[in-house]
Amino acid sequence: MSKIIQNFKNISYGPAPEDSKDVMSWINSLKNPNHLFINGIWTKSKSSKKLDVINPATNKKLTSLSISNKADVNAAVGAAKKAYNIWSKTSSDTRAKYLYALARLIQKHSRFLSVLETIDNGKPIRETRDIDIPLVARHFYYHAGWAKKIDTKISKPIGVIGQIIPWNFPLLMLAWKIAPAIAAGNTVVLKPAEFTSLTALYFAELCQKARIPKGVINIITGDGSTGELITSHEYTTKIAFTGSTEVGKKIIQSTASQEKKLTMELGGKSPFIVFEDADLDSAVEGVVDAIWFNQGQVCCAGSRLLVQESVEKIFIKKLKARMEKLRVGNPLDKSIDIGAIVAPIQLRKIRSIVKKGEKEGSKLWQPSWACPTDGLFYPPSIFTNVSPSSFIAQVEIFGPVLSILSFRTPSEAVSIANNTPYGLAASVWSENINLALDIAPKIKAGVIWVNSTNLFDAACGFGGYKESGFGREGGVEGIRAYQDNTLPEASKISKKIIKNKVDLPSIDATPKLYVGGKQKRPDSGYSFNQLTAQKEFICDIARANRKDVRDTVEAALKSKIGSLNNFNRSQILFYLAENLSQRKETFINLLMSISGIDKNQALKEFDQSCERIFYYASMADKFEGSIHNPPMRGLTLAVKESIGVVASIMSENQPLLSLSTIISSLFANGNASIIVPSEKTSLIATSLYQVFETSDIPAGSINILTAKENELNETLTQHENIHGIWAFSSNVTVRSSIIHGTVFNLKRYWCPKNNNIDWSNNSKDFLNEFLHEGSQVKNIWIPYGE
Amino acid sequence: MNLDTDLVSNIRINLSAIERRTSTLTKRRSVKKEYQAAWLLKAISLIDLTTLSGDDTAGKVERLCEKAKRPISIDLHELLNIKQGDIQVGAVCVYHHLIKEAKKNLPNNIPVAAVSTGFPAGLSSFKTRKLEITESIKNGADEIDIVINRGFVLQNNWKKLYEEVRDFKKAANKKHIKAILGVGDLETLRNVAKASMVCMMAGADFIKTSTGKESINANLNNSLVMLRMIRNFYQITGKKIGFKPAGGISTAKTVIEFLILVMEELGHDWINPKYLRIGASSLLIDIERQLYHFALGRYANKEKLAIG
Repeated sequence: MSKIIQNFKNISYGPAPEDSKDVMSWINSLKNPNHLFINGIWTKSKSSKKLDVINPATNKKLTSLSISNKADVNAAVGAAKKAYNIWSKTSSDTRAKYLYALARLIQKHSRFLSVLETIDNGKPIRETRDIDIPLVARHFYYHAGWAKKIDTKISKPIGVIGQIIPWNFPLLMLAWKIAPAIAAGNTVVLKPAEFTSLTALYFAELCQKARIPKGVINIITGDGSTGELITSHEYTTKIAFTGSTEVGKKIIQSTASQEKKLTMELGGKSPFIVFEDADLDSAVEGVVDAIWFNQGQVCCAGSRLLVQESVEKIFIKKLKARMEKLRVGNPLDKSIDIGAIVAPIQLRKIRSIVKKGEKEGSKLWQPSWACPTDGLFYPPSIFTNVSPSSFIAQVEIFGPVLSILSFRTPSEAVSIANNTPYGLAASVWSENINLALDIAPKIKAGVIWVNSTNLFDAACGFGGYKESGFGREGGVEGIRAYQDNTLPEASKISKKIIKNKVDLPSIDATPKLYVGGKQKRPDSGYSFNQLTAQKEFICDIARANRKDVRDTVEAALKSKIGSLNNFNRSQILFYLAENLSQRKETFINLLMSISGIDKNQALKEFDQSCERIFYYASMADKFEGSIHNPPMRGLTLAVKESIGVVASIMSENQPLLSLSTIISSLFANGNASIIVPSEKTSLIATSLYQVFETSDIPAGSINILTAKENELNETLTQHENIHGIWAFSSNVTVRSSIIHGTVFNLKRYWCPKNNNIDWSNNSKDFLNEFLHEGSQVKNIWIPYGE
Repeated sequence: MNLDTDLVSNIRINLSAIERRTSTLTKRRSVKKEYQAAWLLKAISLIDLTTLSGDDTAGKVERLCEKAKRPISIDLHELLNIKQGDIQVGAVCVYHHLIKEAKKNLPNNIPVAAVSTGFPAGLSSFKTRKLEITESIKNGADEIDIVINRGFVLQNNWKKLYEEVRDFKKAANKKHIKAILGVGDLETLRNVAKASMVCMMAGADFIKTSTGKESINANLNNSLVMLRMIRNFYQITGKKIGFKPAGGISTAKTVIEFLILVMEELGHDWINPKYLRIGASSLLIDIERQLYHFALGRYANKEKLAIG
């Protein structure tokens, strides 16, 4: 019987390999170990250390990579620093042309890059060819547009950016890092992941073809030690990192004293929620794209399936049937769904987590077919009998392993979805638009996909909530992350303290703490002195301790501010300004005696404080999200959401104006705030609570804790239910120890590097910076069509 | 099966997700070389070789039947090392008045399908449509392609639709009936899914996309929806229903995409003429051309290939 008839009688796919000759000969032509791309030329590493690169599909060595050392990093950063002087002043047109050239070159070599990426990383050629590389080109096109749009004379870049990227989307992550950075006028030193550096080296060749000015893009290979050298280098002013939460936290701590600007795109354990009224067959396909895309080695992988109890059985049955059809094997084969795990160590990690899951009593299921054993392959796997407390429901596996949980009601779905330290992404499946759009804002994650999953586009920001990191990549948010947002510094005229003769109240004042809408005596039973500028005693101030912090956080979490709409918040702030303006005399007196300023200055600060609250009252319903139109039939809603509970540690500068700015800007965005005024100006802050009480401020949404200078910093910074911390201190040690302490729950922090912020600045950039810092963007993808 | 309206009204279809599946599916699977040749031969064996024009004559049908018996040329048989008779089409599909002509020209193992019931609009009186089925069978038709009343679907009148298809099935007297949904007239995939389910409940042996006369015929999206309904029906009843995409499948590349879709969504069991037919007229020529290319490594002149 002829072979064709044989196949005819038993129809099957057969091999369909993508040709890899050109790519293999390029790999073999590389210097072994590779040279580094520094200052536009290929440079031999000063280090003798190297590491092996394997093809995960065969577990055989491809070549070896140099592990760049200090001298290499110095050379790369030095080149970038030198190039920055020119590149940051290069016209927007010229920058745009270079980015456009890169986009074009990527398209011209798209298949080469796809094959190379597949060989180096192990992911299927279908993904590199249809997803990774097209998105890379899209990213450079999109940012060529930004380069054209950004005038670096107005929107200043930052400097030399150190960029460290992971191995799961090697070239795509390179594009996400390099394109916005250079579009905004920065120069970069990028270190690709040690497992997957080859497409980055080929990209460097494309940079040469595009004649990118020397030093603008530097690419050096290496391992974690090289990464540390980049992050700690004194000239890298910003670090953009994508990788594990563990390493991200280390970077935050190690760079805290240098106060580098950071973008952290970290881990996840994203929920994939299926409601009973979803198109279940399509949702099954969604699961395939969520957890078996890139072997599950995706930070935003939908690794926790939450399915409504009423359809749980049928859904799992459908899912198992679908899994039987998945094909694992040679990633260069065009009929393969799941390729190889990137490295032996990752494969071991997956195996050990699965073993632990089984030991814990969860039930593992894998398809009946045999997984190939000649490379680093792992079959698609699901766990049932999982509860939210199970190990495999909590830990990021970073492999093709899905944990299945069930829920009964929408609110239960939300609470299970949010029951994780992470908050990167979520997928919501329901044919009921009311339900889907009700759930989307309730899930604490940076990206929500409605009836879809793992969609990406350069125009839509990507990034996490909670311990999935901070900062966004893509969209206008991603560009902001590469621009200088330094606050204006007040001119350095030495402040002369004026001896004011003011009448202070004759009856003893009893300022207390202001917690949950109530005046509260401090737990400690201690007080400290409020003095005038001339060190005369005015009254005793309540001294808060860690228990007061605990109670205040509880009160702030219970605050109803989250349920106010922006019109409510706007009205309340207008009213607050009105009520403050009626207490002019009180505050003028306080300012004169405590700050030691003259009456005119006090008047000015008071008036400006009222105006400031008015401004944020106006912005409460105008600082809004936007709608993106990614290339699909659908919309992406970039919604601005509050951070949550934000603690602010204030300085003594312009105490009333700075307080008004912070309180009203945080309130405008719907945050509950905990204000710690400067020790010296405490009475001004506590005098405000009477104004709050008359202004319909919901209980717990603004709280005031008075204490000695920096006394509460550590407690506040480390408190895991505080979602954000702002510190306006001129002391670098104070600021960096706050940054250092945020890692326990990766709270958003903002510690401007100023000595003396010019609070009276009225520029939009300055005022809106408080709104940007007090909000986070959630991108909700809504494909539609009937 | 009795009509289960709850089941029907609970059907949910998400268009964007359907599109995503079909657009990625064709890139998730690829068949090459001798496998591709085998798939193309398989496609031939699934074709309902069709002529449904107003000007059809006995001569035209005779020619069609010749092509049905020998879908690929003799030299191609030799080049591919296959025997005469190994490959023939699934059926020949004609209008009622040419059934006898077709039967006369075909061996017993190639069934004749007739489009009865007032094809293509299906809006003549119920009585005459039923009678047409009886008459077609009397004339020797082995299978009947019936047209459903699209109006019933648009009105969600599942009971009427169910009863009509059930009665047609009865009239067909145990012969296979293929219910033509007219997907282009149904507009939404939700309607396509619901109509598929009702027709299967009523006893249709096959569900077929379209008459070939509407502006939208078989495509991967509506086919995916119908296949998933067949799968769900099988899960509920254990009964395998056939699928027939028709209209618009005219290239070898397209037909392979449809076969991959069936293979992935329903599986191997469905890739045979018992459960899968492809309604086509010009497809065969393109498949032959591709087979020549496989055998000779160059593209054949269209004029060298026999027309049907």
